Amino acid sequence: MITRLAIAGLLAATAIAAVPAQAETLRLLTWGSYAPDELVKKFEAKYPDITVEVTFSNNEEMIAKLRATGGAGFDLAQPSHDRIFAAQQEYNIYKPLDLSKIETSKMQSSLLDGVKANTTIDGEVYAVPHQWGTSGLMTNVSMAPDVKAWGDLCDPAYKGKTSMRLRRTILLGTAFDMGEDPFAAYADLDKYQEILDKVADKLITCKDNIKAYWKGGDDLSAMMLSGEIVASETWDSTAYKLFGENPDIVFVPPKTGALAWIDTFALPRKGEADDAAYKWINFVLEPDNVKMMSASSGAIAAVEGGKDLLPDDKKAAVNAAFTDADIDNLKFFANIPPGVEDMEGKTLEKIKAATGAE
Amino acid sequence: MKQTDIKRLSLYLLFAPFALWIALLIILPHLGMLYISLREKVGPRVYEFGFENYINFFNEPIYWNTLLRTGSMSLLVTVLALLLGFPIAYYIAKIAGNRTRGALFLMCLIPLWVSDLIRAFGWILLLRETGVISSSLQWAGLIDTPIEFLYNDAAVIMGLVYTVILFMIVPLVSTLDGMDNSMIEAGYNLGGNGPTVLRRIIIPYAMPGIVAGCIVVFMLTAGSYLTPILLGGKNSSWFTEQIYDQFITRYNWEAGAAFGFLLLGFTSFVVWAGLRLTGQTLNSTVAKS
Repeated sequence: MITRLAIAGLLAATAIAAVPAQAETLRLLTWGSYAPDELVKKFEAKYPDITVEVTFSNNEEMIAKLRATGGAGFDLAQPSHDRIFAAQQEYNIYKPLDLSKIETSKMQSSLLDGVKANTTIDGEVYAVPHQWGTSGLMTNVSMAPDVKAWGDLCDPAYKGKTSMRLRRTILLGTAFDMGEDPFAAYADLDKYQEILDKVADKLITCKDNIKAYWKGGDDLSAMMLSGEIVASETWDSTAYKLFGENPDIVFVPPKTGALAWIDTFALPRKGEADDAAYKWINFVLEPDNVKMMSASSGAIAAVEGGKDLLPDDKKAAVNAAFTDADIDNLKFFANIPPGVEDMEGKTLEKIKAATGAE
Repeated sequence: MKQTDIKRLSLYLLFAPFALWIALLIILPHLGMLYISLREKVGPRVYEFGFENYINFFNEPIYWNTLLRTGSMSLLVTVLALLLGFPIAYYIAKIAGNRTRGALFLMCLIPLWVSDLIRAFGWILLLRETGVISSSLQWAGLIDTPIEFLYNDAAVIMGLVYTVILFMIVPLVSTLDGMDNSMIEAGYNLGGNGPTVLRRIIIPYAMPGIVAGCIVVFMLTAGSYLTPILLGGKNSSWFTEQIYDQFITRYNWEAGAAFGFLLLGFTSFVVWAGLRLTGQTLNSTVAKS
């Protein structure tokens, strides 16, 4: 009797233990279009014991979600490279990467080194690059051929026909346009506040020129395609998508340099499927999969020759937008020190609350 | 087991889900928010206890202006919803036949079958510069150049009224339904004309429904997020957007929590003031309807 009970107990125990091993879940916290369905299916076919759960988000919400749980609830996150250092110091939401489990040799070395330099805390690396892209300007050349700089969005010639997103990108772009270097000023926050005040004044006077602030790729695309606006601040990937529908709509790197971001891979501190996460990282960096990913996201993978792995239409759009000089002129977002988000947020509120006429 | 024990046990069991809901989903999160709102951030991972977040709100005109703006626009939406909803409710409750009544009620419900987001996008398609209304007006020759109807406060108010009007109609219908038709007849027989009967008989009778509807509509409007964000223009700020920005964009949960409490306090105050001004109490109105 006792042995029978023991066997039953053993069986039950193995059954319980076997369940999680059989069906491991990789909970991915990433950007819209960074986990296309076909790629997820291919991954699950290659690793039948892993199921992928995807949550689409953006930088701010990723950090807010991880902060709320102290880094639990997700196994792999993809914040931009400038959102690792301060977030980790303030909220302790990531854990260090084991670089030996990642095929870093495939990654483009300049991007890898850049991200490592930005995200090393106490000798531990917290992120590796995945894809990169830029923020800049988008213009309809048949209607606004002269848009070349951030400040041109405020050109009265296009009154009521331009747009921007009221987020930190336009603050930084406008600062560069006014001849300042906001990233250098991160070291001296009083100086940075001065720059922000100047930028706020400029953008408040500019408000009359703006039709509406866009909030996501969809409303921006609708305004641009319908011709309601002729120029806007934009992500390059959105511009490339529209170039496919109307070749007059091109991405223009501003003359002070397009602002470049690198979306990374980082492990949330309480993630429960690190091995699956490493498998996903290595999987999406395989050349065939990079192609699928770039076709969906419009961003360039951080692997050697990443640009050549773009689909043809996107490659044409990139070549139409960037010369080699533009690439050299890229301004990579610098690490955001603690407190800067709050200063920038306040500036954005001031701009939003101001009535343009005053 | 004694009969009284069984009765008491069943009472506890019936009461348990409600008590759990209130305690776990309402009271506990609010206590957490209150705690966060009373923390002052002095450095990375260093906090002190204090009222700084609340003081900041009153020192910064942008914040309280936005709150006042949200409050006054919500009041406007409430009034418009009442003016539009009352005749509809009266028609459904008093004039329509039994069969049409169900159909009319259903028609009021249908917009709620799709989410806020979809409804907002519907308005965007209609109102935008190259949208349905502007282009049909152009087609009809009434205007020469496209007109932008979107991205202004009027669009926000219209979208909000459309979203919340049902919550005005339902309590009104249920109160008016209980009113005996002979009371209206008596009013006319005693020589009253239409407006007098409305003012002296129907409105006083419908007061519980009016108050209940107004409270629900005001609270829903002041706390709405999607409609003002999507339909509003470059100058339209809404207080819930401030709260979102504090929490998400600025990583400032402390100020965001304080703002949440200020919104709760403000809307509660407006409801209280409204009840006082109209000489009503919650017991005589909402609890009765």
